[in-house]
Amino acid sequence: MHPAKSVIFFTTASGAGYGLLALLIAATIGGLFPADFWLAFAGYALSYVLITAGLLSSTFHLGHPERAWRALTQWRSSWLSREGVMAIFTFLPTGLYGLHHLFFPDLLPGVMALVGGVGIFACIVTVYCTAMIYASLKPVHAWSNGYVPMGYLLLALMTGSVLLNSLLVAFGYAATLVILLAVAALVAALIWKVAYWRFLDSTKSISTPESATGLGEFGSVKLFEAPHTEANYLMKEMGFQIARKHAAALRKIALGAGFILPVILILVGLYLGGIGLIAASLLAVIVMAIGIVTERWLFFAEARHTVGLYYGASHA
Amino acid sequence: MTSLPKEPPKKKLGLVIDLDICVGCHACAVNCKEWNSGGHSAPMTDTDPYGADPTGVWFNRIHSFEVENEETGGRTVNFPKSCLHCDDAPCVTVCPTGASYKREEDGIVLVNADHCIGCKLCSWACPYGAREYDEDAGVMKKCTLCVDKIYNPNLPEESRVPACVSTCPVGARSFGDLGDPDSDVSRLVASRGGYDLMPEQECRPTNKYLPPRPKKQGGEGQTAPELMPVSDSSAGVIARWVDRFLSA
Repeated sequence: MHPAKSVIFFTTASGAGYGLLALLIAATIGGLFPADFWLAFAGYALSYVLITAGLLSSTFHLGHPERAWRALTQWRSSWLSREGVMAIFTFLPTGLYGLHHLFFPDLLPGVMALVGGVGIFACIVTVYCTAMIYASLKPVHAWSNGYVPMGYLLLALMTGSVLLNSLLVAFGYAATLVILLAVAALVAALIWKVAYWRFLDSTKSISTPESATGLGEFGSVKLFEAPHTEANYLMKEMGFQIARKHAAALRKIALGAGFILPVILILVGLYLGGIGLIAASLLAVIVMAIGIVTERWLFFAEARHTVGLYYGASHA
Repeated sequence: MTSLPKEPPKKKLGLVIDLDICVGCHACAVNCKEWNSGGHSAPMTDTDPYGADPTGVWFNRIHSFEVENEETGGRTVNFPKSCLHCDDAPCVTVCPTGASYKREEDGIVLVNADHCIGCKLCSWACPYGAREYDEDAGVMKKCTLCVDKIYNPNLPEESRVPACVSTCPVGARSFGDLGDPDSDVSRLVASRGGYDLMPEQECRPTNKYLPPRPKKQGGEGQTAPELMPVSDSSAGVIARWVDRFLSA
């Protein structure tokens, strides 16, 4: 599948934003968040910038961005529509809770904890909806499986917790619990990613050139002549393929930068302390961002669509 | 609404494509482009049509497949493919705007170009590659089953079939109501063992394909009769004389 830059940025940035936002609210409800206005402000601002920039970028690849509002109407059947509705709804409880946290911390604490809880739940559901846009596409074997929603949720938690950790560190509130959470999420996501790739490498789509043409009873089927001499939309969009050796190299970059290096940097930072801790935590975020963008690029580039079976692919 | 009709439409207009007859001439694709360049989803945009990298929207494309079999030998099958107007059309349910819909009255799957945002998700959801994005118009396009032709009262009765059907020079394409078990197309499907493409994708396509007929059994194998050797002793006197003369 063609890896569109806007969609890669949308899924990674908004995922990290929702992860950070949910963790911020959870920590505050749990009474663990430091009473520091600017820290909280920076946290909410960063979350909303990531979420909003992601959502806006997702409209860039549309043929008619001015009609994007129509995408909110078909939530009964479409995961993309559900994602849009949930993304907008999530602003409400999380925004209310953020205002409460920053400006009216003494107002209706019980009710606001409930609102915050709804906000956390909405963040999770929104990320789940994003994942289901892909996981509901049966023609794409690499997407239509349980690993995908699990992965989107894990990566949102992971990127959110690494961001939260570096924020806390930068404001001088390094917290063991958040460090543990970030490292645990990084390791869990690493295990998930390796398991996902093993799944990809050991299985393929139930559809074959034989089932695509229905000619299996006569023998093995392969493309003899394409319908046309030039590439068409289907081949560019769905037939995007990456060379195996490049995929292998990019997987190493994704694993190293996205998961392993951030763990090492966070732990080395702890050992260094002081300015070294701040530098290492911020570097962990930058390195992780490179790794996760690579991971998401591969998520598209390695996915094969059944339409390829009509254009010479031996499997999908 | 992008929810599918609650009850599958009783009337299911669709095509039956006979892979035994198709000669792979591409006339159906050409006439499709011709009719639809002025039809419901017009224009069928071409980008750089006379340049080095021409590309464009087509609703119908003709592939050729080679089927290999050690016992019976290989064969080539011409394979036209367009939208299959599925009962469980995933391209319809994934549409976030309601632009993509399946008609209750005859099961035709269409796109409302005024509501389409061009997110391309429907083309990802279709296992068959039936939908093509028009870069120029910024909307998704697809086979309309010539909805503007098959119901057109200004056309003579016999012309009210999709352009691909009316133009096929060998009669490899049939059009009709596949929801009616007594229709000509349904009988054709039943008698010839018509089948669905990729049934495992569970889209329940309306269009059916008829398999190529088995090759004629000719004596020993299934190959064509061998050419008559000139020097065979059973050849005529003159042929043998010519052969001897030439071989000398």
